[in-house]
Amino acid sequence: MSVIDAPITESLPQEAAVGDDVKVYGIIAEYDNVGDVIEATQAAYDAGYRKMDVHSPFPIHGIDEALGVKPTILPWLVLGMGLTGMTTGILLTTFTMTDFMPVPDAVPTNFEGYRYLISGKPFNSFAAFIPVIFELTIMFSAYTAVFAMFLLNKLPLLYHPLFNSKHFRRATQDRFFLAIESQDRNFDADQTAAFLKEHKALSTELINE
Amino acid sequence: MATLTPGSIITQRVDNTHDDPTHRAPLVLGGKDFMGVTDAVAVNAERKAHLIWLICFLISASGAGLFFGLIGYLFATGVGVWGNNQPIAWGFPIINFVFWVGIGHAGTLISAVLFLFRQNWRTSINRFAEAMTIFAVICAGIFPGIHVGRPWLAYWLFPIPNQMAMWPQFRSPLLWDVFAVSTYASVSLLFWYTGMVPDLATLRDRAKGKISQIAYGIASLGWNGSSRHWHRFERAYILLAALCTPLVLSVHSVVSFDFAVAQLPGWHTTVFPPYFVAGAIYGGFAMVLTLAVPCRVWFGLKDIITERHIDNCCKVMLGVGMICTYAYVLEFFVAWYSGHHYEQFIFANRAAGSSAPGFWSLIILNCVIPQILWYRPFRRHWLPIMIAAMAVNIGMWFERYVIVVSSLSRDFMPGSWADFKPTWVDIWMFVGSFGLFLTNFLLFLKFLPIVAIAEVKTVMPEAHHHPHHDDDHGDHAEEETHSNGEAH
Repeated sequence: MSVIDAPITESLPQEAAVGDDVKVYGIIAEYDNVGDVIEATQAAYDAGYRKMDVHSPFPIHGIDEALGVKPTILPWLVLGMGLTGMTTGILLTTFTMTDFMPVPDAVPTNFEGYRYLISGKPFNSFAAFIPVIFELTIMFSAYTAVFAMFLLNKLPLLYHPLFNSKHFRRATQDRFFLAIESQDRNFDADQTAAFLKEHKALSTELINE
Repeated sequence: MATLTPGSIITQRVDNTHDDPTHRAPLVLGGKDFMGVTDAVAVNAERKAHLIWLICFLISASGAGLFFGLIGYLFATGVGVWGNNQPIAWGFPIINFVFWVGIGHAGTLISAVLFLFRQNWRTSINRFAEAMTIFAVICAGIFPGIHVGRPWLAYWLFPIPNQMAMWPQFRSPLLWDVFAVSTYASVSLLFWYTGMVPDLATLRDRAKGKISQIAYGIASLGWNGSSRHWHRFERAYILLAALCTPLVLSVHSVVSFDFAVAQLPGWHTTVFPPYFVAGAIYGGFAMVLTLAVPCRVWFGLKDIITERHIDNCCKVMLGVGMICTYAYVLEFFVAWYSGHHYEQFIFANRAAGSSAPGFWSLIILNCVIPQILWYRPFRRHWLPIMIAAMAVNIGMWFERYVIVVSSLSRDFMPGSWADFKPTWVDIWMFVGSFGLFLTNFLLFLKFLPIVAIAEVKTVMPEAHHHPHHDDDHGDHAEEETHSNGEAH
């Protein structure tokens, strides 16, 4: 635990300057409570920083507004795929169990269903198909919710410059990090670090690409 | 009342089971801060396996081995090794299927339904309960799979076009089961895994060994706690919860349709779907308590899974237990009120005929014994809780036994009546399925985050920014307006 328990009040050396051959990813500032990181993020946003992110061990409520995060399109994707699942269910059951649907000649015979009378139920017994249609709707929606979320988050991702920082390991435990990327047009290694220190950062660290 | 500001850490026992509506009871005790919660959970995955864990694991793994050995014996010999007969063609496999799939319901109920209802206390036990769901559904899925007679042709149940133009029968409740249980199993697995990714990242960042770093690194998908990620994550999580809530209700309703769509007396009841769902939640909560009560002590989680959590689970169990009791009574009332002779006979036979021992066991175990939990001090002590929970675990198995066996053994024609006698294979397969369940569960307890670390942190007072009560930062009052999120 020696790395994790390193003193956090003093800033780390920022040796890798912008002029070196290593590319700079950005600067991270460390905070130990929710209030400070929200205030610092808000201040950074007001100061014109946009390419920045807050890394925290749990979702912080109020950070989306401070960072200017727009609502995700995920619910619409889930709705779309849920409707697709429902359509799939309706087509699958009626196509295979009833014969009123016109079958194009191009469909191979083994894709076609058959008429088979069970307990006197009608061929198009829609009520009996509802469980299958319902489950397919849920299945398509739930898979979309998970896989689309990971894809929109660009996960899985097995390398990220932030993982170069040993301090950053506490981002999944008890610390909050405001990361400002070097891609931001207001970014300047010295000024940004000074700005973050002004806003109660416990430490700042320059992260290489 | 414990106040959890860093300056006033309280280490003595705090009673957080009070129901005073003017004071919100703390959900995490022991003066734990964020790191304290992380340490308490992660240390279980980091330290060496305890001897007792190893012994339990060996016993469970032998049980699982026995289970798979008996499945091999069944495949090699044929279904005659079971006590299934005509008319009781369903026998133990379907009893065990309904039993296990019922246990699998509390996990998703705790995770999804309580999440939608903003019951914050769920965060300490949901991971646990979801794991229980997954492992119970695995056990549940095996039984109908090996019950189809020719298990190597079980893929006929899936809607796959094949050379015989054979489609499954979409009007059959047994096929609805295939869709319901497979959807439930896979969606529960996704729900469990998705919720676990941030906690796996925590374990990755703390891991010291090369193997654990790589394993947790791959499993956590490169999660770095980005707020943009959390934003989508939370949205996905609430969508999943909203999708799982009707799903969990639909699954056991569909299982009940296996019975209710039949014409057999004793099965043909419209109360079956809600009755089965209540029974599933009842059995599931009993299993949650059975596992949570010892684990919170053995794994040092008393401050996270507090007495309040156990107390709440007991109350939920009492509530759904009353619904089950009502359903048992209602079944008898409807049988009498229907004026249907076969229906009346089957219920009289259930209480006084050959399955009477099973029936009265279920009444005593499900309806009578758990009532001890009305007494408040009993909800604080492990022994009465375990007695009640074990009574329900056993009672719920008897409930399924009575439903399956009593109706099938006494149908319309006395000429086709027969009694059911389980063989040793039946009994040891059931025992072996517990081995499989516990093996999986012990592996989970050893290697994965057994409490949703990230979610527990969100229900701690420090996770919320309260500018007006923030003593440490009172000199920056001018910045407080930023925290309300309406700055732009």
